[in-house]
Amino acid sequence: MNQNPTYIILADDDEDDRMFFADAFKELKINTKISLMNDGVVLMDHLENNDAVLPNVIFLDLNMPKKSGMECLKEIKLNPKWKDIAIAIYSTSASEEDIEETFVQGANIYIKKPNDFKTLKKVLEDVVTINWQYQTSNLNRDNFLLRL
Amino acid sequence: MLNVYLRFDFNTICKKIVQKTLTDLNLKFSMERFGEVHFMEKMSDAKFQQVTNSLSEFGISIVENQKSIVIEKIKEVINQMVFSDDRLAVKSSVYLSEKLNMSYGHISNLFSEITYTSIENYIIIQKIEYAKQLITNTTLTLTEIAFKLNYSSVAHLSTQFKNTTGLTPSAFQRIIQKRRSFLN
Repeated sequence: MNQNPTYIILADDDEDDRMFFADAFKELKINTKISLMNDGVVLMDHLENNDAVLPNVIFLDLNMPKKSGMECLKEIKLNPKWKDIAIAIYSTSASEEDIEETFVQGANIYIKKPNDFKTLKKVLEDVVTINWQYQTSNLNRDNFLLRL
Repeated sequence: MLNVYLRFDFNTICKKIVQKTLTDLNLKFSMERFGEVHFMEKMSDAKFQQVTNSLSEFGISIVENQKSIVIEKIKEVINQMVFSDDRLAVKSSVYLSEKLNMSYGHISNLFSEITYTSIENYIIIQKIEYAKQLITNTTLTLTEIAFKLNYSSVAHLSTQFKNTTGLTPSAFQRIIQKRRSFLN
């Protein structure tokens, strides 16, 4: 059984959101490694670097300057090298169109950013736990859709 | 153009791959239940390394830790239970305990310790996984799916589906269909 930590990248231009996100993982019992990226351009440059260790999950803020989360999602889904990475949309928007559109474009998870830290921890724990099952239990990734 | 959707039986696929790989390496072996392979002869460390490498190409790894072996057995029994078309005559806890010859308390504690999720939750995840397959790849109605998966009613299946995925079964079906036509 793979006991390596779950490697997670967050791309979000909001500094506070990045900090809350990293803090929320500190108390989880599942072993995780977190990298924070300031925007979509930094994220894609990082992924394209051949030496980069690929993450298990990428959390994408939808509204980012320079390159939006939606643009990142489309680019990631076009490259087979990144097909095993689960994509979580992490957004303040809860519009039904945004949600459905990102799922159709290949996102696996849609999270509306919670307003309090306790809920944030719970939501991220749920994501990591279910993703862990996809990493270890023969589940079909094509059917991995989760809305929180 | 013709599109067909395939349903995979992972147990059969994995067995075939293991059989082919080990036969190609000229090994004498028999395949037991629960992913256990019995070798007729001792093999050198170099040969063992070759087996490990050949299997790893298919994402198959040799489980070394004793607890992990038990977990794999538990998962296999659960998958057989969920994906079988026979209706269970006994409660799943009794079924697991009989199949694995261990007390349910022991099975349950070990499972939570290693997999970060409870056995009850794992069974739900697998049932919903099967429901997803049936929703997207067959013409069965939700009522028929609920019956096949041992739910007492469609409402019960729909609620559990929504709790597990955050989506209703019909929203799930719509998104997967849109995604497929988008990818084509």
